[in-house]
Amino acid sequence: MSLISELLIISVGAILVQNFVLVQFLGICPFLGVSKKVETATGMGFAVIFVMACASAITWAVQQLLDLFGIGYLQTIAFILVIAVLVQFVEMFLQKTIPSLYSSLGIYLPLITTNCAVLGVAIQNITKYAGADYSFLKSVVYGTTAGIGFTLAIVLFAGVRERLESSDIPEFLKGMPITLITASLLSIAFMGFSGLSF
Amino acid sequence: MEILLPVVIIGGMGLLFGALLAVAAKIFEVKKDERIPLITECLPGANCGGCGFAGCAAYAEAICTEGAKVSLCPVGGNGAAEKIAEIMGVEAENIERMVAFVACMGTPDVAKDRYANNEAISCHAANRLAGGMKGCAYGCLGCGSCVEKCSNGGIAIVNGVAKVDKELCTNCGACIAECPRGVIIRIPYSSRAAVFCNSKAPGKEVRLVCDAGCLGCGICAKNCPKEAIVVENNVARIDGSKCVGCGICVEKCPKKCIELINKNAKIQVAVEVNKRT
Repeated sequence: MSLISELLIISVGAILVQNFVLVQFLGICPFLGVSKKVETATGMGFAVIFVMACASAITWAVQQLLDLFGIGYLQTIAFILVIAVLVQFVEMFLQKTIPSLYSSLGIYLPLITTNCAVLGVAIQNITKYAGADYSFLKSVVYGTTAGIGFTLAIVLFAGVRERLESSDIPEFLKGMPITLITASLLSIAFMGFSGLSF
Repeated sequence: MEILLPVVIIGGMGLLFGALLAVAAKIFEVKKDERIPLITECLPGANCGGCGFAGCAAYAEAICTEGAKVSLCPVGGNGAAEKIAEIMGVEAENIERMVAFVACMGTPDVAKDRYANNEAISCHAANRLAGGMKGCAYGCLGCGSCVEKCSNGGIAIVNGVAKVDKELCTNCGACIAECPRGVIIRIPYSSRAAVFCNSKAPGKEVRLVCDAGCLGCGICAKNCPKEAIVVENNVARIDGSKCVGCGICVEKCPKKCIELINKNAKIQVAVEVNKRT
């Protein structure tokens, strides 16, 4: 199989079949927290894409370094360090360039640090693609597309939630209950991709 | 040696990232007004939102960037406003001191009780017992729950109706939160006249249950030379900032439920009004 088709499979897998939020259930916190408006959801999505892509690249290199010295068990702590730095960087960047997005993301921006989806990407990169040729490229593609998958899920969900705002919902379901039901329906819809094969 | 390697590597990574972030912080530095932290210091830090902004820090920012007034903090009062004014280099306006006020004069002789008053029960209990012993559903029950809540001993039950000593009132709002009838309201400390009624019922109903209840007739509003009185929800309310204490409404009120509450202020202003006319 050529590299291009391999990368394509990785992309489709990360975006649809193994969607981080709706199939793997990683990164649920910002998924529910920042999905009230499409605009903020998009901003959050792009922030996550950036962090995931950079984290994939850097953690791949860090893993090589750790393996070189035989201290692979420090993986988690080292990865979290990398992710924290990246998130800090994104935070500074947004505060300077898009202050309105910065304030609307609020606490969820620094919380990307502890977003398990980001750490999940880094760990999965190591376990899935370790040792293979071009694994660095695959890692970065997987990280980026995983971020795109997250963005897709959160933007879709925000669109649904915006509609929910103006619909007639029974009193006892208003707020979080209907949100969770909607999320699970969306998740079931994404399960439909699991039969996809090439 | 085995322990040293991980420490050096992780520590080195930490140092490297720290240095990178320090550089990034310089590049992406957001210039903030230096006065914002100074002003935040002057504010009480309660983040109550009484100023109309999200919190003390948001208010401080609004003062610097949006030109918000320096005297909006009700908790910090004039002290905070003066300090902020000094930082901003502007004149502080006086903050109107607000006090609690019981808008009811329905003593037992004018507002008839429907059943015998058991003074041992709390206002909340009395209010639940068939809607209170008072015929009027809005008046003070006089059971004294607010008296217990006032930490300054500023409320007393006088002839079956609570009264707030405005000299002792700190505008904490404990009595307002406690009152099941919502009969306690906030008025400016310097208010010269006030409507002693809280009844939102139509005049006809009020007349049946209380001889001193505001009918919402609006005679006071029509006669007020300063247009300081409005009738809202069947009850007259006086705007303390416009009222000059002339006392015309007190004369005109058919139910005599408006009273002058700041006699000294009245005399001064009355003289002024006379000079003008």
